[in-house]
Amino acid sequence: MFHWLEQRPFFFAVGVFLTVSFAGLIEILPNFAEQARPTVGTKPYSGLELAGRHVYIEDSCNACHSQLIRPFKNETDRYGMYSLSGEYAYDRPFLWGSKRTGPDLMRVGNYRTTDWHENHMFEPTSVVPGSIMPAYKHMFSKVADLETAYAEMVTVNKVFNVPYNQPITMKDGSTETVKLAETFDEARADMLAEAKLIAADMKNQDVKDAVERGEIPQIVALIAYLNSLK
Amino acid sequence: MGNQNPLAYDYTVAKLFLFTTVLFGIIGMTVGVLIAFQMAFPELNYLFGEYATFSRLRPIHTNGVAFGFTVSGIFASWYYVGQRVLKVSMAESKFLMTVGKLHFAVYVLTILLAVVTLFMGITTSKEYSELEWPLDLLVVVFWVLWGVSIFGLIGIRRERTLYISIWYYIAAFLAVAMLFLFNNMAVPTAIVSGHGDWFHSVSWYAGTNDALVQWWFGHNAVAFVFTTPIVAMIYYFLPKESGQAVYSYKLSLLSFWGLMFVYLWAGGHHLIYSTVPDWMQTMGSVFSVVLILPSWGSAINMLLTMKGEWQQLQTNPLIKFMVLGSTFYMLSTLEGPIQAIKSVNALAHFTDWIPGHVHDGTLGWVGFMVIAAMYHMTPRLFKKELYSKSLMETQFWLQTTGIVLYFSSMWIAGITQGMMWRATDEFGNLSYSFIDTVVVLHPYYTIRAIGGLLYLVGIFIWAYNLYKTIKVGRDLSDKEINVNASPMSAN
Repeated sequence: MFHWLEQRPFFFAVGVFLTVSFAGLIEILPNFAEQARPTVGTKPYSGLELAGRHVYIEDSCNACHSQLIRPFKNETDRYGMYSLSGEYAYDRPFLWGSKRTGPDLMRVGNYRTTDWHENHMFEPTSVVPGSIMPAYKHMFSKVADLETAYAEMVTVNKVFNVPYNQPITMKDGSTETVKLAETFDEARADMLAEAKLIAADMKNQDVKDAVERGEIPQIVALIAYLNSLK
Repeated sequence: MGNQNPLAYDYTVAKLFLFTTVLFGIIGMTVGVLIAFQMAFPELNYLFGEYATFSRLRPIHTNGVAFGFTVSGIFASWYYVGQRVLKVSMAESKFLMTVGKLHFAVYVLTILLAVVTLFMGITTSKEYSELEWPLDLLVVVFWVLWGVSIFGLIGIRRERTLYISIWYYIAAFLAVAMLFLFNNMAVPTAIVSGHGDWFHSVSWYAGTNDALVQWWFGHNAVAFVFTTPIVAMIYYFLPKESGQAVYSYKLSLLSFWGLMFVYLWAGGHHLIYSTVPDWMQTMGSVFSVVLILPSWGSAINMLLTMKGEWQQLQTNPLIKFMVLGSTFYMLSTLEGPIQAIKSVNALAHFTDWIPGHVHDGTLGWVGFMVIAAMYHMTPRLFKKELYSKSLMETQFWLQTTGIVLYFSSMWIAGITQGMMWRATDEFGNLSYSFIDTVVVLHPYYTIRAIGGLLYLVGIFIWAYNLYKTIKVGRDLSDKEINVNASPMSAN
């Protein structure tokens, strides 16, 4: 049979393709029948948080930081409750990472604050002596791309039915709604309102001035995203 | 063969890819050495503003060496080996010649754009699949062109039976096409919403599903970029260079079909103790262990090909590269399954042991095979004698030392890190804060960077040796190179 195949490239290629597809058919497809269901309390990202997530991706924070807490006591002691699948329901792409050169960030919003992040991103060793993380000073002057964040909100809402403008049940039984504005100008105003709350907790005057002018430096968006990780 | 065959092969495209193999090898590995030093000496992050931070450079390193250096090497070897084992010349078909040149042009354009966009921070964040959708489309174009070249050449072949190397090239082409398409499914946001950057897209899959597809891709990109085409190379170049017949046809069969069936299941081992269903994690573990069989099958088949001819290891540095490459292949395909066992993975995952594992495979196996293949091809492409055997020896020992430093330091670093993360005191509290586990790694990061630097120096020696061969190597154009061992000058 093999000699026969080796003289017939077409059937050979078909044979190879079927053999390599087998595992995917059995392993991958069934999981897709199971729609990713959000856990109670998992909300879609707001516009500013999404803009911050784009900053996180732009600078490949995931090259050194994971967002996946494994179910071991030392990990739950260090980072909090282990990860549940439904908590990632709105993560496109997922950002689990594959290497912990720095600590996990899955629930960093529970134990770090806006001013800590501000100091840390400007000069990591100022809050963590011995840190080998680079400083990300450019995030304090570079402006976040709000329009692309808005574009992504509209897209996931349209294409994947991500529940913006719908009440979402939280863990305590209350409901919250994440707003998706009708127009970009309106969305921009919402993001700016959110950014002002964060800038109020920051000390960098250039950042504060920029937010006053109506621009949102990347650092503000990034902190909004990091604070949302809980 | 050889003598009575007057067929003149056309190596135009092979030569082009040979140049990019060397060029992207130098670029990708220089960046690699830089980021290795950054981990030991963080001040090196500020060489040129936001563009030189570790996090920006890391995807450039991985893409540069995987899709620049390795894939160029694979294509170069294809445009050389393909013609020879199919007994047909590219010159016989204008169409295939055009396809080959176009293939090269689109490929180079894609890689250059990849470097520029990654520097700008345009990335999907998915490992080894960072390029945004417009570039993904270009990848599809050059991959399809490669497919046309493979099946086109097969279509006009004179040798009816497909040699083992051809099996592996076909497998690499098909599997990467499938994996790449599925993993990069994304919706361009500007097209749907009419807002924002035109190149931005959002993944078709969310959360756990996205992770599952990514590592099904990520693991098998390793399989079908770093394994199958490299096996294709060794099945051609080792028997050629040594003048020995492949040890066992049956072992080739078992290894090939075994690899095809088993490899794809193993992706789940990247997701052990994550939120993907438990049964998939276990399948990933089990199949990773089974994977030792076909991997070692190929490696042993190659080593036994040298049976009775081991003295060549002393006389021919090319044989050294290939035999040690095969040995590193065995090492890393034993190490991988060990790391895929759940209890070991609990310790090893997220630590430096993982990059350690990756690099004994890529530096020792992939790198050495590509280096050896280009050394074997160059005298035959340019009809020149290899410039210097002693430089090859120097390169071999520098690089081997570099690899040993690299993986041994990362083994120690990884296990140290994993043990410290889980260490508790007598009351059950964590013994170390995270930064303790970072600071302690400084010596290992330094040793690793030096190991990488030695390997890079070897790459420069390789580039220099090839350059000198082409420029001033003794001219062999008046004779056919029928000998097996590549002609080389002793100095």
